[in-house]
Order: sequence, then structure tokens, then C-alpha cells
Amino acid sequence: MYKITRSPWVMHYDGSSCNGCDIEVLACLTPVYDAERFGIVNTGDPMQADILLITGGINTQNAPVVKQLYEQMSDPKVVVAVGVCACTGGVFKECYNILGGADQVIPVDVYVPGCAARPQAIIDGIVKGIGIFQERLNKMESGEDEKSSQEEKDSSEEKEEAGKEE
Amino acid sequence: MSDMTIKIIIAVCYVLLAPLIGGLLDGIGRKISARMQRRVGPPILQPFYDFGKLLHKDPIHVAPSQDFMMLSYLFFIILTGGMMFLGMDLLMCMFILSTAVMFLYFTAVVTGSHYTNIGATRELLQMVAYEPCVLLTCVAFYVVSSSFNTADIISKDISPIAYMPGVFIAFVFILTIKMRKSPFDISTSHHPNQEIVKGITSELGAKNLAVYTLAEWYETVFLMGMVALFILNKNLWSILAAVIVVFLVYFLEILIDNSSARMKSDLMIKLSWGVTLALAGTNFLVLIYMFN
Repeated sequence: MYKITRSPWVMHYDGSSCNGCDIEVLACLTPVYDAERFGIVNTGDPMQADILLITGGINTQNAPVVKQLYEQMSDPKVVVAVGVCACTGGVFKECYNILGGADQVIPVDVYVPGCAARPQAIIDGIVKGIGIFQERLNKMESGEDEKSSQEEKDSSEEKEEAGKEE
Repeated sequence: MSDMTIKIIIAVCYVLLAPLIGGLLDGIGRKISARMQRRVGPPILQPFYDFGKLLHKDPIHVAPSQDFMMLSYLFFIILTGGMMFLGMDLLMCMFILSTAVMFLYFTAVVTGSHYTNIGATRELLQMVAYEPCVLLTCVAFYVVSSSFNTADIISKDISPIAYMPGVFIAFVFILTIKMRKSPFDISTSHHPNQEIVKGITSELGAKNLAVYTLAEWYETVFLMGMVALFILNKNLWSILAAVIVVFLVYFLEILIDNSSARMKSDLMIKLSWGVTLALAGTNFLVLIYMFN
């Protein structure tokens, strides 16, 4: 099994936010915190990224953008929501154009709270994300058969849930 | 042992060792850059971790022909270095290197993305900037050692750099363009979070990026081999001197990279042609006067 934990490439997307968390994300790369010592690279390219870092809430305009970015990333991939706006919508939650947190459009794996989230918390969130990333890779490499059977299970569960709703 | 066996051993060693050396140089470069910025920096083996991870990601293809183009790029880069280390024609090496870069250009333009198209066009401009100096360097080697073969160039009594210091300085200057480092990182924007998203590589999926990284390592080894060619002579001690000079030049590239901002492309062409004409051109005229 390949250990992938040493090289997480992060893509940062800023939704509808006050930019406080974005400044903190950038602070992670400064000499004080130096996220690159863990191999963390801030990349702008979804096709090469492993972790999608979302700051800010999701509004009606950026929802398709976030979805597209997530779809362009190759498996395995992890989503980290940074800051309270990306987690739930935060202070903007009741605004007419805000749909809520990042989990309204894509599956989120790690929630990093804070307004703004501290750099230590962001790095901690990314490190947690790497763990999930490794698990997914192991699953992916342990064979397509299990994957397909899992998908069948998932789909049957979904059907059950849908039935209940009806 | 026959000549053929030795050549095969050299070729196999080159194909296996060049990526290791290139990757290590890359890692050392990243570490030195980090120290220059007062950061701890990634471990020296980081490029290999990145490479391994890229190979384990799901492949993505923006255009079906991308894989073929990228593998051709890698193949021609390996061929370039292989020919040089086997003591073959230097001029031919440079032509094959240009062919390799053309494949890189096509990898970028087949996707139709704006970022890669801008990157690809700028890559051609970079070629325009460094090619005169590269050709002049080859011809200067020919004038000094009356042969284009690298095997003949390194078997002289006096190192070529004694005759062509101007050409050497011009070559180190265009090396920054060739290695796509600041201030001449105009085709790749150096960091993937800047305005053209690494330009030429921005539409590469994870596996193609791994191939590109591998090709870059081979290219670094080839370019450093070119630098060593200036120093090497019949004396075995010149190998030690060549290694020291290679490390100094590599350190200088990192220093320039960290202390300068990106230049505009037209200024790059003016500057590189100016340096080529002033230093390599003058040196070349002196060489012709000396050797005729």
C-alpha cells in the first residue's frame, strides 16, 4: 500500500466570505507556519490537487463553480471546509442569496471551525484530511470489485431512504 | 570489454541514475529556496514523494492525444541526454531537444484552454530567446575542439572554458530561461497559484504531470551536463572541478530565482539576445581569429 501522506496538494477556493479565512490560509504558507515542510503545496489546478480547501459560504452564483471544481479533481480527493461560513453559512446564513455551507453542493470531509479559522487549525484540518485521503486511496487500490459492490450497497441504501420519504 | 558494451552500460546508468540525480537536485533546490526565505522547507526527498503520489492518482485526459505527446516529450528528452553522455554529436542533441520542446508545445495547445495556450505561446518565445545562444555555444565548442562530438570535446588538454568564458556566461544566463526560473518563468508562472496557473502544465492530469516532472529531471541533468562540458578535459581532476562548478551554477540559478520578479517577454528576448551578442558573439569572433 502506498503511503501518500507526505505530499498533499491543496487547492484553495474562496466562496462568499469576508476574506478573513483567506488571509489565514495564506498565513499557513508564510515562514511562521511554513506548511510546505509537510509537503503542502498551494496549487491553482483542480486536476492536480488532492485537497479542496473552501472558505466562505455557498451562494447561488458560486454553487456551480464549486461543483465543477470538485468534479475536475481526480480521485482520491478530500474536501476541507475552513471557517464557520464554509461549515454552515455563518453570519451570512440568512441572506437571500446564500445556500449555506459547502456541504450544500459537495460532500465535505473535514470541518474547521473559527471566525476566522486560525492557521494552526487550518493545518490541523489539512492533516486530518490527509488521513481520509490515505483511506480512500487504500480503498481505491484494493480493487474495483469492492468498489462496485459498495456502490451497489450505497444505491440500495439510497433507495431505501427514498422509499421512507415517500 | 568492447566499446559497445561500455556504451550500453553508460546508457543504462544514465537512464536509471539521471532521474535520481535530477530529483535530488530539485529537492535540494526547494530546500535552499526555503532557507533563503527563512522557512524550514520540505524534506530533500519531497520531489520523489510528489512523484509517487501523482502516479497513484486517477488519470485524467483533457484531450486524447495528450498522453502520446507527453510520452514523446519524455522520450526525446531522454534521447537528448543519452546522446550527450554517450559522446555523440552536440548539435544533434540540441536539435532533438528542440523537437522535444515542440511536443511539449503541442501537449499544451491540443487542450484549447486559455492558460495552456498562453503558456505554450510564451514557451515558443522562450525558445526564440535561448536558441541563438545554444547554437553559438555548439559552434564555439566546434571551433575550440574541431569536433561536435562530446567525447572529443572532453578529451582536450585545456578545458574549453579557458577559450570561451564569454560563451559560458551567456550560456549560464540563458540557462535561467531554459530551466524556466524567475525572472524568466514567463511560460509557467513558476507557482501554480499565480495568474496563468503554471501555464503550459495547467491542463495536465496527475499522471501526465508525473511524466512531465520526470522529463524535467532528465532535462536538468542534461543542462548541468552541458555546464560540465565547459570544464571537463583530459585530466581526471577536472571531473571534481566540473561537479563543483555545476553546484555553483545551480546555486546561482536558485539565488536569481528567489531574488527577482517575473520579466515581460519582449524584455527577456532583448536581454537574452543582447547578452548573447555581446558576450558569446564577441567571444566567438575572438575564437575564429585565434584558431584560424
